[in-house]
Amino acid sequence: MKKSGMAILLISLSALHLAVLAAGFLSPYDVAEQDRQFPFAPPTRVHFIDAEGTVHWRPFICLLAEDAAQFGVYHEDMQKCFPVRFLVEGTPYRLGGVFASRQHLLGVDPPARLFLMGTDGYGRDLFSRFLHGGQISLAAGLLAMLLSLGLGMLLGTASGFYGGWLDAAVMRFGELFIALPWLYLLFALRAFLPLNINPSQAFLLLIAVIGSVGWARPARLIRGVVLSGKERHYVLAARIFGGSSLYLMRRHILPQTYSIIVTQAVLLVPQYILAEVTLSFLGLGVGEPVPSWGNMLASLQQYHVMVSYWWMLLPGVALVPVFLGYVLLANALQTRAI
Amino acid sequence: MRYLGLRFLQSIFVLLGVSLLSFIFLELAPGNFFDEIRLNPQISGATVASMKKQYGMDQPLPVRYFRWLDSAAKGKLGFSFAYNAPVAPLLWARARNTLLLTGSATLFAWLVALPLGILGAAKRHRWISHACELFTSALLATPDLLLALGFLFLAVHFRWFHAGGMFSRESAGEGTWALSKDLAAHLVLPVAVLVLGSLPILLRHTRAAVLEVLDSPYVRAARGHGISPWRILFRHALPAAINPLVSLFGFSLGSLLSASLLTEVVMSWPGLGPLLLEAVLARDIYVVIGAVVFSTVFLVFGTLLADFLLFAADPRIRTEGLA
Repeated sequence: MKKSGMAILLISLSALHLAVLAAGFLSPYDVAEQDRQFPFAPPTRVHFIDAEGTVHWRPFICLLAEDAAQFGVYHEDMQKCFPVRFLVEGTPYRLGGVFASRQHLLGVDPPARLFLMGTDGYGRDLFSRFLHGGQISLAAGLLAMLLSLGLGMLLGTASGFYGGWLDAAVMRFGELFIALPWLYLLFALRAFLPLNINPSQAFLLLIAVIGSVGWARPARLIRGVVLSGKERHYVLAARIFGGSSLYLMRRHILPQTYSIIVTQAVLLVPQYILAEVTLSFLGLGVGEPVPSWGNMLASLQQYHVMVSYWWMLLPGVALVPVFLGYVLLANALQTRAI
Repeated sequence: MRYLGLRFLQSIFVLLGVSLLSFIFLELAPGNFFDEIRLNPQISGATVASMKKQYGMDQPLPVRYFRWLDSAAKGKLGFSFAYNAPVAPLLWARARNTLLLTGSATLFAWLVALPLGILGAAKRHRWISHACELFTSALLATPDLLLALGFLFLAVHFRWFHAGGMFSRESAGEGTWALSKDLAAHLVLPVAVLVLGSLPILLRHTRAAVLEVLDSPYVRAARGHGISPWRILFRHALPAAINPLVSLFGFSLGSLLSASLLTEVVMSWPGLGPLLLEAVLARDIYVVIGAVVFSTVFLVFGTLLADFLLFAADPRIRTEGLA
């Protein structure tokens, strides 16, 4: 890939992560805010042209009203329109968990509601929940990746550097993890752990389970690099000068593994995000009322939701750019590494 | 041959290790099936204790493990609490459905991936190759879960195929021909999801394997001799490119039982996936362990089979042991 392509890719990926981090600011509403009047409301249409045909420079939306004849079917009341406002005061939140603020990027004046991705069965704004859910899912993916790579680095370096029985033991143990079908292993581990726990415990549990399952492959790759790396002449020279094992590993051997670690990290993150999505989708991960990318899709398991409310699929569709970013980055890194 | 024998022994050890590991996790885990039962006020403590005794759950871990090994050797793989039946027949009934689904999906995926991958490698730098690349990246970025949900949505919305399940209710009691037609209609969607899910990986590996050979000096020499491009591709390049593909094929065989878990759950295909999910939720631990071991058997023997095939297909590996 060209350098400019790589730059664009990195910038858009970071922008996605920043958007999720700044979920409080970018989302119009709070994740738990229920609008019981509007369950399963479709995405709000943003207009530029009003009923008389005049063009407005500022986008506006119209008040939603439920059909008198049919339950759960809405139409727009084109007589009552409200402009979309930027930087409005709304529900308080903490940006990145630190800075308290009430400023929201987008908003409309009260009787009207701005549902960019529609609402779920409780009348909660899907767009806000998607952004906040990303915090859970991305954090789970990133933290599980750190755990997995940390374990892999520790065990891989130790087994490559010391060799002997330690090497044999670690590698045989790792083979068990590689031999097991990945999703089955996750399921099995999850089966042995308590089911009914609160979301924050579930989050930590999820990271521990996902992270500890995937250590074997990176450990094997790192071990390979360490095996060849410790025979390099400058490493031998450093050893002859009296460098301790720890010093040698930290200063001379680990730096050789960095490129593999970065590539592995980029490969693992989407895989682990997907693991969180899958487990939460099946009700084995982070549960309500906390949103996560997985449990937002869970309601699609009900037939009537699947049939009638297409926008409930939007959180799933919105995952694709995130994964695509990681996949393209991994491709670029792999072709460069060879 | 010694190499193959060694690999076989190694596989057996992996299986033993996996089952032992599952039991150790089970021992460490808080709560079990009987704790859930104990919550029911209509069941007395004495009943729970006698049930525990009946299933041998009051015994220490090593005893239970060896009992389980014994029952596995007899082809039972332990006992399901929830179904009150031996695990193996339970698993087998579901595994057949899974194999039907994944077998047809694997067949289709390879039938599509091989020609497309070879074409993509042969026509490098052409638009077809770039299109291939773009297509695989996009597919790789679309999670299976989303594919399954999306297909289900489209199917329900446009009333395309039969969505969900394996047979329609109306088709019960009809002839074999009508039944198989019904089955095929139900197969279309999950197979499509599985094919699209595994296609990008197969395509990439095929393309990379063929490309690598096409870049090698002997192919350049053949080209220099004026041999036609198609003959080079099929006669000279493909036999040499088959090595990584055989390993990949072994992996695809190995993952026959485990690849479709999520798709089965979403599309309510009565395979191993829904059974496993139920067992996890009910903490029916022997079914979970049984399913894990069962699918590991497949994975391990899939790779083993790939090794055997490689041994047969690649003369370089055959002579390695002799030298």
